[in-house]
Amino acid sequence: MTDKQDFVDIRHAQKSYGNLEVLKDISLKVKRGQIVAIIGPSGSGKSTLLRAINDLDPLTKGEIWLDGVQVNKKLPHRQYEKHINEMRQQIGMVFQHFNLFPHMTARDNVAMAPKMLKGLSKEEADKLAEEQLDKVGMLERIDYYPSQLSGGQKQRVAIARALAMHPKLMLFDEATSALDPELVDEVNQVMKKLAEEDMTMIIVTHEMDFAASVCDRVLFMDQGVVVEEGPPEVLFKNPTKARTREFLGKHLGANK
Amino acid sequence: MGLDFSIIPKHLDIILLGCAWTIGITVVAAIISFFGGIVFAVIALYAPWIIRQPFRLVAWVFMGTPLLLQLFLIYFGLVQIGVDLPAFVAGVIGLGLHFAVYNSELIQTAILSVDKGQMEAARTVGLSRGQALRKVVIPQAVRAVIPPIGNNMIALLKDSALVSVIGVSELTLSAQRVIGKTYRPFEFYILAAAFYYVINLCMEWVQRKIERRISLSR
Repeated sequence: MTDKQDFVDIRHAQKSYGNLEVLKDISLKVKRGQIVAIIGPSGSGKSTLLRAINDLDPLTKGEIWLDGVQVNKKLPHRQYEKHINEMRQQIGMVFQHFNLFPHMTARDNVAMAPKMLKGLSKEEADKLAEEQLDKVGMLERIDYYPSQLSGGQKQRVAIARALAMHPKLMLFDEATSALDPELVDEVNQVMKKLAEEDMTMIIVTHEMDFAASVCDRVLFMDQGVVVEEGPPEVLFKNPTKARTREFLGKHLGANK
Repeated sequence: MGLDFSIIPKHLDIILLGCAWTIGITVVAAIISFFGGIVFAVIALYAPWIIRQPFRLVAWVFMGTPLLLQLFLIYFGLVQIGVDLPAFVAGVIGLGLHFAVYNSELIQTAILSVDKGQMEAARTVGLSRGQALRKVVIPQAVRAVIPPIGNNMIALLKDSALVSVIGVSELTLSAQRVIGKTYRPFEFYILAAAFYYVINLCMEWVQRKIERRISLSR
């Protein structure tokens, strides 16, 4: 079993658009229950790497493994579609701009996929939606449409939507970057709660404080490579590379 | 010879029956054009080449030729190849498909302008492309074009008068028949016009109700 070993295993990930190399041979291993933050300037490839994990942005070369199964397996088109849809059910993703379905209530946003893909009855799916929305503190707004919710509330519903598929891994792509500052904390609280439940998470973020407080490991990426990685107390306090120091200097300075 | 509207009540039953036919034709054709429009839009955007190309030709025929000619072709022409449709059915199919092509143009543009993140989010929870289109993208696209589709439906109501030429006794033809007996064209054409206007108002009312209902979910 791969229980403690390399739950997520990214091997030699490469991605290019024509001549432009966005990811240059990146390897990353994450153990079950670990939380990894990816930081770096815009254009560093951190979002591309995250989006490669569930194949939203397919790699040019390299392999992605989750719990002993290759996500981006080479298969004929039809079989691959079936395979990737199954893999994606195990990988929750949260986007910067929430991407809630505006024509559905919070309840239906959460209940739709389990109902369609896991064969849950309407009652079972509704119950599941209630549980998940309760978990993110959105039960009172269960019958609201996204247009009636604040950004922080939308993002919490989006997290509940991802959790409803009982994913093995959660990906957060700058989940709080589009939020007003006073709304960031309510989303961070939910992410912290997931961390306490030992959810495996990979988080692309600009929030160094948050990364420092919840993550086991931090990766600093720049220009398609991992410049430096380590536990947050080392990477934030004593970075070894000049490029990391420069980035952190700007960022931590700007945050204060 | 002066106008005499007092003659109307005596022939009102025929006019009302015509009205019922007009409403029937419009409602059935509107339903065909709505769902047909969605199906055509999906074909135009996503079907493989081998289906898409012949379909484009058919769509072009429906957009680029007179509706009157299309009705003649469906009602009189198809008989020759063994498809003998009742006039009502031929009329409803002709009108429905004609406006389905127009609705399809609207829906195609709307599908393409649904935010890309919607498809991504749907795929991320594990939906296939087809499922994502059906449950996430198309419902949003359709909501976005309800107002212009409503305009098409009002044009459909007006064009339903053309179905009279293949012998469906809808409102216009009923008025003509009464005029044939009474020689009172002004009175009965005005009456028919008033009925069209009332049906029109009802359709606008329904459209407003639908728009209000979906306003939150956009």
